[in-house]
Amino acid sequence: MTTTYGPLSVWGVIVAGGVATFAIRLSFVHLFGRVDDVPPWLERALVYVPAAVLAALVAPSFAPASATVSAALAPDYLPELCGGLAAVLAAWYTEDVLWTVAAGMAALHLARFLL
Amino acid sequence: MDSRLPPDLREGVRDTLPLLLGIVPFALVAGVAGVEAGLTPLQTVGFSVVVFAGASQLAAIELLGDDAALVTVVLTVVVINLRMLMYSASIAPYFRHLSTRVRAGCAYVLTDQAYALALARYAGDDDGDIRRPLYYLGVAWTLWVVWQAGTVVGVVFGAAVPDGWRLGFAVPLVFLALVVPAVADGATLVAAVVGGGVAVVGAGLDYNAGLILGGVVGVLAGVAAERAGLAGGDGDADDGDAAEGHP
Repeated sequence: MTTTYGPLSVWGVIVAGGVATFAIRLSFVHLFGRVDDVPPWLERALVYVPAAVLAALVAPSFAPASATVSAALAPDYLPELCGGLAAVLAAWYTEDVLWTVAAGMAALHLARFLL
Repeated sequence: MDSRLPPDLREGVRDTLPLLLGIVPFALVAGVAGVEAGLTPLQTVGFSVVVFAGASQLAAIELLGDDAALVTVVLTVVVINLRMLMYSASIAPYFRHLSTRVRAGCAYVLTDQAYALALARYAGDDDGDIRRPLYYLGVAWTLWVVWQAGTVVGVVFGAAVPDGWRLGFAVPLVFLALVVPAVADGATLVAAVVGGGVAVVGAGLDYNAGLILGGVVGVLAGVAAERAGLAGGDGDADDGDAAEGHP
């Protein structure tokens, strides 16, 4: 899918995202001596951000538009599912980006070829 | 390597080399994904230079490709990168004697890997009071250079490859490569399952709100699961070991 946003919108996202990210990185490095620690409640919550947000990002890519078992097992959807499963297994065993992507792409194309 | 470089800097560069095996494919995907989402090459490289944070870049690019609300896109970048608050707080004491400008230069290139490597070195080093952050800069700027080069190659490659190769599928695969190691114990598993589940159920919501909702509810579920005793033995918030593996 390609974006229909114009250059101004895209650059707006890049700049806003970049400035916010820089502010996060600089926060305590800059404030050291005035504010030394992340509040404990926030630190506790931040531990769960990667798992929760990354899962929320990826799950819809592997869930069919109509959430029924027959839709999930439709032939035109199976290759993606195979690729995803192969990637999860590779990530589990190797914890390596390269192997995970390679396994997922290989399974996707193998399934497309065979099914 | 040029032996006239300061030893700390050289060691930083050297220690980074093994990590590049994981960084290079990730950077390539960031470049490919931008092209696939209809961004210009300059915009795609702009993401890598201005934001310089892989998972958040990929998320933003994917959401732009879906024409998600711009507020959602920026908010997602912020949420994904919030973990760097922990890194910033934890590494700040080692940068305290530096000028404001050098501190800003250090902060700009703060990533999961640079943080992890630098802290491992500084922690075992008791006389590190006035140590210049050359080791950290060696790690961080090596990653920066490789990240930019990888993005450029990905942009060129992505534009040249036929659609039938389905290179865009590499984006969710990279997210899988990141989320699986992030699940370290029962509580992080609950966070991931709840976050993913809520996002799927809310996939049809306006502004892609399902994603934000999934992230927030997932985090709350993780905290609740931790209270219920599902966190692993070493899960109690040392120096942010939850998100290794991506800049």
